[in-house]
Amino acid sequence: MGHQRYLQILGLISAVIAVQLFTYYTDTGHHLTQLTMSAYYSLVIIGLCLLIGYAGQISLGHAGFFAIGGYISAFLTTHNFLPYKDNYFISFLSKSGLLASREDLYGGQILIFHPWAACIAAVLFAVIVAYLIGGPVLKLKGHYLAMATLGFGIIVYKIVLGTEKFGAADGISDVPSFVLLPGVEITGKLPVRIMNYYVAWVIVIICMIILLNLINSRIGRALRSIHGAEDASNAMGVNTAKYKLNTFVLSAAFASVAGVFLTHYNGGIGPSEASVMKSVRYVAIVAVGGMANLWGALIMGVLLNFLSLRGYFGTYDDAVFGGILILIMLFAPEGLLRIDLFRSLKGMFLKISDSKEKT
Amino acid sequence: MAILEVRDLSRSFGGLQAVFNVSFTVKNGSIKALIGPNGAGKTTLFNLISGFLKPDTGSVLFNNQKIHGLKPYQVAGKGLSRTFQHIKLFHKMTVLENIMIGRHIHSKAEFISGMFNLPWTQREEKAIRERSLEILNFLGLSEMADAEATSLAYGQQRIAELARALACEPKLLLLDEPAAGLNMRETAEMAKLIARIRDMGITVLIVEHDMSLVMNISDEIIVLSYGQKIADDIPLAIQKNSEVIRVYLGEEDA
Repeated sequence: MGHQRYLQILGLISAVIAVQLFTYYTDTGHHLTQLTMSAYYSLVIIGLCLLIGYAGQISLGHAGFFAIGGYISAFLTTHNFLPYKDNYFISFLSKSGLLASREDLYGGQILIFHPWAACIAAVLFAVIVAYLIGGPVLKLKGHYLAMATLGFGIIVYKIVLGTEKFGAADGISDVPSFVLLPGVEITGKLPVRIMNYYVAWVIVIICMIILLNLINSRIGRALRSIHGAEDASNAMGVNTAKYKLNTFVLSAAFASVAGVFLTHYNGGIGPSEASVMKSVRYVAIVAVGGMANLWGALIMGVLLNFLSLRGYFGTYDDAVFGGILILIMLFAPEGLLRIDLFRSLKGMFLKISDSKEKT
Repeated sequence: MAILEVRDLSRSFGGLQAVFNVSFTVKNGSIKALIGPNGAGKTTLFNLISGFLKPDTGSVLFNNQKIHGLKPYQVAGKGLSRTFQHIKLFHKMTVLENIMIGRHIHSKAEFISGMFNLPWTQREEKAIRERSLEILNFLGLSEMADAEATSLAYGQQRIAELARALACEPKLLLLDEPAAGLNMRETAEMAKLIARIRDMGITVLIVEHDMSLVMNISDEIIVLSYGQKIADDIPLAIQKNSEVIRVYLGEEDA
């Protein structure tokens, strides 16, 4: 079991390198930008896959957590805190090295949060929000849970759209690069495009390893048992409420981390990232990926986001994802990329070839 | 010595008094059966004991500790495990994985240790798997270990649910109609199995309609009618109890 997991990860690493080399030799390096963005989006999707596919709890509000991560880190790294320098709290933060000054577009000095501090604050805030709304909301089941999380998503969208400090309909731009380690920064600048592609994929690979370990552990089994028969799971000693909440919070943390990184990569964030259609898109991708299938979610997440970002769906972008969701729910409600489906397809082909041989 | 003590337990749903002032004890190491006509409140009583329902009044003591008001997973943690009248195996999980959930309360890997697949969690997983296979062996289900649990034949699903409850290594096992839907041969096997479980030192409280099963294996029987206890005695005495006969067969001159 364990070896297979690491072979799969090795396969992913080879694929990531192969794609980069391919774009290098075919002179299509500009595709790496969308592949980097898709990598960050797929963080939301694999986190959501854990929640929907494994624990069996739907969320139509994960774009909200993505936006919380992106907006808070964007705000803290662009807003000038210099006027509040004498404020006790701000001066304390400044002294502890959490703030940094830099030049703004016009050459003036501004005091902003260090991206690491902003990142931690953003993810922490998303986690707290997820805990607060997850507690009451996860008592609901099925359609009611879907509606409640949808409501949360709409609230976040309306808040970012209506808040002057968050740039209202324009969003926040001029977000600085995020120096992860000396020499490694998340930024959309062209000279470091290849490095950023690898940074994004290293993050995805780490997150995949963590989630693959989790679903193959005692906790993963308990989550699937909640999906399988919640009452029985509780009677077997599984604290179902706690596990559902922890999973919800974990997936929200993944979404907010994706929001933070992608915002630094793009150099900004707009309200459309918080829109309900984004949440629908994430759920649709988890569904196409096969629901309880992390690899399917990752592959579909990268593929569909890449096509969407390259503009293959044109003005029908949202409609495509809405359509995908409807088709999946009608014809393959348990997801498309499923092992048993492949098996039955294989069985069908084998039967066909068998009968051909006989005749 | 009583392992379970139910005192003056009552619960109503709207205007319906499902369980009214029921008191009884279950002796350690015995098999006690709970019988009664449909709607007598047997399953409600089970749900009150296992934490799925909260009583309006009264108390439930397990090993002299009160357990009413606890959540089902907390009750399970105390060493009280149950099966369901309508089989509730975990969908999309193999038989072995179903049994492995039974080991949940005896293992401790949490989110963080699971995410990093720490060496001790790997050892724990191995122990969970081995113990679960042992239990499948004991119940003769080991060939089905990798089959999807809900794809088993009905009788085997009953056994699998029993295996899952046994994997918890409970002190008290609550069986809700374990022979429902089983044919005569399967029922006889189930009876043997329950007796073997008792011989392992596990106390059994069983709700059952099948009289032959109940009379054969029970040490004591409680009879419920309209939510009230009307008899609590050894099987022979229950068979002769005129009140019980009246409830089951109707008035002589009716």
